[in-house]
Amino acid sequence: MATENRPLSPHLQIYRPQLTSTLSISHRISGVILSVGLIAVVFWVLAVASGPDYYALFTGVVGHPAGLLGMAVWSFALFYHLLNGIRHLLWDAGWLLDLKGAYASGYAVVIGAVVLTLVSWWEVLV
Amino acid sequence: MRFRNPLANARNHGAAGGGVEHWWAQRFSALVMLVLAVWVVYALVSVVGASHAEAAGFLAQPFNAALAILFIATALYHSRLGLQVVVEDYIHHRGLELVLLIMIKVAALVGGVLAVVAILNIAFGA
Repeated sequence: MATENRPLSPHLQIYRPQLTSTLSISHRISGVILSVGLIAVVFWVLAVASGPDYYALFTGVVGHPAGLLGMAVWSFALFYHLLNGIRHLLWDAGWLLDLKGAYASGYAVVIGAVVLTLVSWWEVLV
Repeated sequence: MRFRNPLANARNHGAAGGGVEHWWAQRFSALVMLVLAVWVVYALVSVVGASHAEAAGFLAQPFNAALAILFIATALYHSRLGLQVVVEDYIHHRGLELVLLIMIKVAALVGGVLAVVAILNIAFGA
């Protein structure tokens, strides 16, 4: 069956970016970031099991400025994905599906993720 | 109520029929991690900045070892399901898509085995 010449819906850049669409793709992006972070979690467990030398190597990499930046990005992705994931579960249960609920919960998720990230890095920042 | 066009049935087009299980697995693993999140916060507070002895001591406790295994396994499973959808949606080359899907499954499995063996190693003091 010929599929090449079928009409396509307007592509993504045709639409004006909205909070809802931005948060939607951000959920996927944060999920991918967290998946990469999981590799680090597995390496951490391996480092603990492999002894002080390997553990020092791991903490050295994580403690490096680039490692700290990665940790900061990872923690924000974690809080965002966690809160927006709850938002998705509420949607699946049939709640907050109207425009108002989608926007209010969207702003709540963004503010919540920023606040939780700042709280968890407070000791480093101050 | 049937939403499928009879013609689609006749041609045997439409949904592949395997989506519902994947959908539920993604939600269920999300809920499991939501419950475990309480312990994850406690774990992160306990091990961030910890020495090797402290980190090993934390993971050696049976309760922590068990929940660490549960959490990492669930996270890897949830991550595998999510990455699978991302690849299916954005990789339009069938061959590359298949290779990536297999790699994601293998990586999740290998990561899980490494983490479980490492944690049991710590817990049983080998």
